[in-house]
Amino acid sequence: MSPTILLGALLPAVPLVAGLTGLLLPPSPSGATTGEDRARRAAIALGVAGAAVALVLATALLVTLDAPTEASTTWVDLGGLTVTLGVRLDGAAALVAVAVAAVALAVQVYSVGYLRRGPHDDVDVDHRYPPYAAQISLFTAAMLLVVVAGDLIMLLVGWEVMGLCSYLLIAHDRRLPEAPAAAMKAFLVTRVGDVGFLLGIALLGVSAGSFRIADVLAHDHPTGTLTAACLLLLAGVAGKSAQFPLHTWLPDAMAGPTPISALIHAATMVAAGVYAVTRLYPLFDRAPAALAVLGVLASVTLLLGALAATAQDDLKRVLAWSTVSQIGYMTGALAVGSPPAALFHLLTHAAFKALLFLAAGAVIHAVGTTLMSRMGGLRRGMPVTFWCTVVGLGALAGLPPLSGFWSKDGVLAAAGDAALHGAGPAPSWVGWLVWLAGLAGVAVTAWYATRLLLRTFLGTTRSPLAHPHDPPAVLRWPLLLLAVPAALLGLAGFAGAFAERLRPATPATPERPSDLLPPELIHLGPQLLLPLALLALGAGLAWARWRRDPAADPATALGPLRPVLARAFRLDDVQHTLVVRPTAALARLVRTADEVVVDGAVEGSGRAASGLGGGLAALHRAALPRAAAGVLAGALLIGLAAVLIGGVA
Amino acid sequence: MRPVIPYVTAALLFGLGVYGVLRRRNAVLVLMAVELMLNAVNLILVTADTTVRAQLPHGGQVFALFVIVLAAAEIGVGLAIVLQLYRLRATVAVDEVPLAERSPASAAATSTGAAAAGGTEGAR
Amino acid sequence: MTGADVLLLGLGAVAVGAGVLVVGTRHLVRAGLYLVVCLGALAGMYLVLTAELVAWVQVLIYVGAVVVLLLFAVMLTRAPIGPSDDLDRPGWPAALIGGGAGLGLAAVLVDAYRWTAVELPAAGTAERLGDQIFRSWVLPFEVLSVLLLAALVGAIVLSRPEIGRPATDRNPARRVADAEGGRSR
Repeated sequence: MSPTILLGALLPAVPLVAGLTGLLLPPSPSGATTGEDRARRAAIALGVAGAAVALVLATALLVTLDAPTEASTTWVDLGGLTVTLGVRLDGAAALVAVAVAAVALAVQVYSVGYLRRGPHDDVDVDHRYPPYAAQISLFTAAMLLVVVAGDLIMLLVGWEVMGLCSYLLIAHDRRLPEAPAAAMKAFLVTRVGDVGFLLGIALLGVSAGSFRIADVLAHDHPTGTLTAACLLLLAGVAGKSAQFPLHTWLPDAMAGPTPISALIHAATMVAAGVYAVTRLYPLFDRAPAALAVLGVLASVTLLLGALAATAQDDLKRVLAWSTVSQIGYMTGALAVGSPPAALFHLLTHAAFKALLFLAAGAVIHAVGTTLMSRMGGLRRGMPVTFWCTVVGLGALAGLPPLSGFWSKDGVLAAAGDAALHGAGPAPSWVGWLVWLAGLAGVAVTAWYATRLLLRTFLGTTRSPLAHPHDPPAVLRWPLLLLAVPAALLGLAGFAGAFAERLRPATPATPERPSDLLPPELIHLGPQLLLPLALLALGAGLAWARWRRDPAADPATALGPLRPVLARAFRLDDVQHTLVVRPTAALARLVRTADEVVVDGAVEGSGRAASGLGGGLAALHRAALPRAAAGVLAGALLIGLAAVLIGGVA
Repeated sequence: MRPVIPYVTAALLFGLGVYGVLRRRNAVLVLMAVELMLNAVNLILVTADTTVRAQLPHGGQVFALFVIVLAAAEIGVGLAIVLQLYRLRATVAVDEVPLAERSPASAAATSTGAAAAGGTEGAR
Repeated sequence: MTGADVLLLGLGAVAVGAGVLVVGTRHLVRAGLYLVVCLGALAGMYLVLTAELVAWVQVLIYVGAVVVLLLFAVMLTRAPIGPSDDLDRPGWPAALIGGGAGLGLAAVLVDAYRWTAVELPAAGTAERLGDQIFRSWVLPFEVLSVLLLAALVGAIVLSRPEIGRPATDRNPARRVADAEGGRSR
């Protein structure tokens, strides 16, 4: 086994061991505080160590990997259908692995300070740190498994374990009444998508005769099967990556602790869908119908997320809708045929969104509330947080020279190319759709990013009782370290080696010779001006509104649209009416059918047998005169029959 | 000797016995009718001895003796039952014996109105 | 018609007539007495048919024991002495079935024998019948004696006064041990 393969195999294994070991620790303090301290310290050590080792391994992999490699062994042979255990490593996998491990480490360190008893907590609150840290390690292991998996079934295993850890972690804080419902909603909505994902994988595996990704990519699938499988896979992508129409779970998932939102719902899990599509991109390349559907979904999600973010009052919900919208950019890039652009935006988004969430966590920790209407004027008390947030929001909005500008521009350039020149596998109207939606999204994103900054940090303080201060070191350092890639990662796009790694590994065939030139991630030219103008427009509008009345919410400019946007066009209610209520009614119907029909049949058969027996017994229970009459009449009839049939001799 | 005469007599006696079993309400009278039936059978057996040349001579008469013994045994046991029934129910009407398992006995409503002579109201 | 035929005819008429009265009378005690007449007529018919032993056994056991038992039962069940009105159930099923049985049987027998005549066989004396019983029919004879024993025991058991009383009243200690010959329960 070559060193790179070993590194790839160890990547998910190390956090898995850390997670499983951490689960053995006692979850709650039992008796003396020394017990709690010991368990907490052990959990912290395991979590941080697991993430740190994973980061080291991922960096080593990135450095030592020079060509895409793959290794696998057969695990199960289901009579013609093979399931393998193996890794498939290429540049994209290494980069994403580094991003995942880095964010996981930052979150583990940050959580140490976040989940400590703070000034706003009750005296006897129990943060249950050991299972929390262990579940984060498990989650990291699952995400890394998805990243390096060489077999679709292994990918599915990692996929599902991520969903499980997400459910457990969203419901972690038992003091919140909305957390269990949010966790259940997240689990069920992603489950709906996962059904499609599983069916898509099954179709591909059966068609190729093996679940190994290399085999599936190399096999010549019939067009119908391919399109159907890709559409089904898109269902899973929509669920995990919170795209329309399965996006409703992500804003509610903000009930989980903020570091979890940073890790799972900003940087990693929601990006797993995008990553899975890039892994299987050669298949999608051959199914333009699926890409067209993806393009439509991406455009709708992009605008939906951005518009919903404009009207939210909860700080974390703004960031959640922002995530929905930015992933729309990534899926839009995939739809117009540019996986490198999607992956580039994925990496920068991981950095700046994690940064934003962790900064929001610092603010929430200081102020004690998540509502922006109770914040304001925090800049003076929390300068470090303020500047980190500026960097994050700038990257989000696409302010040059921060990372988000370069990656978003890459997406828009690819979309413009597809629209104007028909490049890419999808039809050109998909390119137009994604491009126009993306451009409109730039303006709206700038607007709500500016609003967030102004509402939270500038202006007058609306919560005079709080004494906001910069967070302690253990919370501050992850912020500062994440600010670096959030600011500078975009410039890596100029490096050819970086861009080369982002190209998906496609085997060269005579019809499609591999590109000798690295794909261009950065496009310098006049087309940069349009997004910049829209950025200035959006930010300017928000700032002007704020200047007019610093105490009011700029969102009042939305007027009567605000409630509609705040509830994201009431899609939650639509989902409730179309899916939840019929399912609940069906469940009630099934239960009634089981109790009345099935149980009734069983009990009814018993009662019928008893009744029949009773009836027969009543018939049988003849009084003597009737019985005697029956006997004698019967004898007479038999004699008559004997005489008539037998004949009288 | 014309055998048809005793044969027809026996047939008529049998019919009368059947009639009596189905017509009478008193258990003792029912038993009397049963005796009529048994005697009719005896008569047929004895007459058959004269008309049928059996391998074993007097087989019919031997069987008639056996039937008499059986009738004696039967009347002994039957009357014991009737007397026990009278003790429990104070009536020997055959259509007043309750058959339902848990319904209270209708012993109080006897046609003769006789009180239960030492009998109990226990279940059947 | 020989003398035997005349005798048979007369005795048969008496038997049938007495039988009609047994099943038809409204006096309970008279029914028993009519039964005596009927059984006696039958004994006479047996004599005419040269079945001597059967005739005497008929008189001895049937008329002498069975009818007496029946009359005892009539008295022990407090039968009214005069006519009773509630002795009978509806008559039509009885008439139907009884008439069907009797007349049907008669028709079959008449059809079989018509007005043929047979010779009377040798008399069925005690010696001849005994010879048959203890030679060819000894096994049924022994079985019958067991049956009689069973009937005897059964009649005694059924006559016990404890049957039907609640269990608290049944006191094994009050059992009449001397009547059972000292047998313990």
